Amino acid sequence: MFPTPIEKKSRGYQMTYQGLLPVVLIMWLLPLIAVAVFSIRPDSDFTNGNYWGIPSSFNFLENYGKVFFESDMPRYLLNSVLITVPTVLGTIALSSMTGFALGVYKFKGNLLIFFMFIAGNFVPFQILMVPVRDLTVNMNLYDTKTGLILFHIAFQTGFCTLFMRNFIRALPFPLIEAARVEGVREWQIFLYVVLPLMKPALAALAVLIFTFIWNDYFWAVVLTQGPDAQPVTAGITAFNSQYRAAYHLMSAGSIVAALPPVLMFFLMQKHFIAGLTLGAVK
Amino acid sequence: MSTPVPQNRSRYRRNEIAITPWLFLIPGIAFFALYVIMPIFQSFWISFHEWDGLGEKTYVGTAHYERLLGIGDQNMDRKFEVSFWNNLKWLVLYLLAIPMGLFIALFLNQTVRGIRIYKSLFFFPFVISQVVVGLVFSWFYLPREGLLNAILGFFNMGSLNILGDPTMATYGIIAAGLWPQTAYCMILYLTGLNAVDPEQVEAARLDGAKGWRMLWYVILPQLKPATFIAFVVTIIGALRSFDLISIMTNGGPFGSTRVLSFYMFEESLSEFGFRMGYGSAIATVLFFIMLGFIVYFLYSMWREEKEAR
Repeated sequence: MFPTPIEKKSRGYQMTYQGLLPVVLIMWLLPLIAVAVFSIRPDSDFTNGNYWGIPSSFNFLENYGKVFFESDMPRYLLNSVLITVPTVLGTIALSSMTGFALGVYKFKGNLLIFFMFIAGNFVPFQILMVPVRDLTVNMNLYDTKTGLILFHIAFQTGFCTLFMRNFIRALPFPLIEAARVEGVREWQIFLYVVLPLMKPALAALAVLIFTFIWNDYFWAVVLTQGPDAQPVTAGITAFNSQYRAAYHLMSAGSIVAALPPVLMFFLMQKHFIAGLTLGAVK
Repeated sequence: MSTPVPQNRSRYRRNEIAITPWLFLIPGIAFFALYVIMPIFQSFWISFHEWDGLGEKTYVGTAHYERLLGIGDQNMDRKFEVSFWNNLKWLVLYLLAIPMGLFIALFLNQTVRGIRIYKSLFFFPFVISQVVVGLVFSWFYLPREGLLNAILGFFNMGSLNILGDPTMATYGIIAAGLWPQTAYCMILYLTGLNAVDPEQVEAARLDGAKGWRMLWYVILPQLKPATFIAFVVTIIGALRSFDLISIMTNGGPFGSTRVLSFYMFEESLSEFGFRMGYGSAIATVLFFIMLGFIVYFLYSMWREEKEAR
């Protein structure tokens, strides 16, 4: 193990390390802690210029209550859910199929198609922006959740295909051959042999795509406009102009907007990191 | 019905292994082609036209590119020039995320109690949306209310208005971007460090290697896959920077924080009318800058595929 395990060092060294950990962590998360403190301050602290002293009262319920009951925030949050969940399902459906095709079969053009998916995944969004917006307008899907979902599914399929294909490649191939010898049809192999083995990959991708889509801002601004369809990342700017300079409310709003992926991460940490670090080890 | 195996069914069954992959690929490829592959070429096409997004397109040849690059008797588009140099700053400085991530990973790669929670909390910034990161940092930098100036004031070091100063604003935004990006590189390296071969480390230790030499000659070579991915995601992230700029400064002050991706958006959907043709020309330039990296990434991956076979 590198660096040398701390247990092998002197007692003083160990104590220093243990003491240093929380200090470094607080410094690392300082901007975030600042926002969290802002979000529970009462309005009067800001008018009195008490930005960094001890909050004069603990206004957690008041501030967060305002976010939930006196703004469009719940609508934006709901939009985000209604955009993110179908995208996750659609992407996983499409990419488990493409991943299966590219991972199991040998045919001409296999690598070419695989690399097309990877390459498309790296392009700058701006090269797609004008045509995708035009396409969405022409399909009468501008400013709808469906328009956003369709694009997200298509784009994320690139990354997910890469992931699924590599995962399927690592599965024991004799299993599939044995099924074939038994006369199992190819689509049944997909459904009953490969898919059950892919559960960890499906879980990893689901959390990852959830986070990516929830946090998307660019496409939300390009393809939607108003509280009918906009997700929370775009809605937060409208929220902030509503409460201009009311830092306690804006902070509370941002924390609410950021929370769902954070919860997802802490609940599904193992899968999340497995997805993110795909390929980081051989 | 009387024949047990109908003709058409047997044809499919005879070629099942050849046909099945295509049946599985069709929906994915169709979607991807419609929304990703075709738009790239459509953007090239649009960049040769004047277009407001609604009416007819007028063909203008390479006029947009000439205006961007200042070919002929005109100056290079100032905004384009600023954006381009800012993109370079992003690219170079964003790469700092890789050594910083490695450093934190080395710091956290221990087995003391509670270390798992520390690791997840260090990784935390990556999970938050860039919009919120942008907000968090723009409040952090606020001249009057911001924590940064509160700290500087505490040490009697004056005050800074980072996002209001054209010479500093871009660096302020890059610093905000480095926060989640470092977290990402850290998690890649933590996973990589986990897989480092302990026998090699022990052998190197017996040979008297330690500290920097150990890191450089024994550990880093084994972390190569992690470094490669960190490099890929950091380059792509740097060139994709849009959210932070849009949230923190909206291109200002005096247009000093524009990058190509932001300038393109501004031109195409600006409040002074949609200049989609000019926007597409900017996007095309950005695409070709990115293409250099994409080709290199794909080439590395392709070489690995060949080795694996």
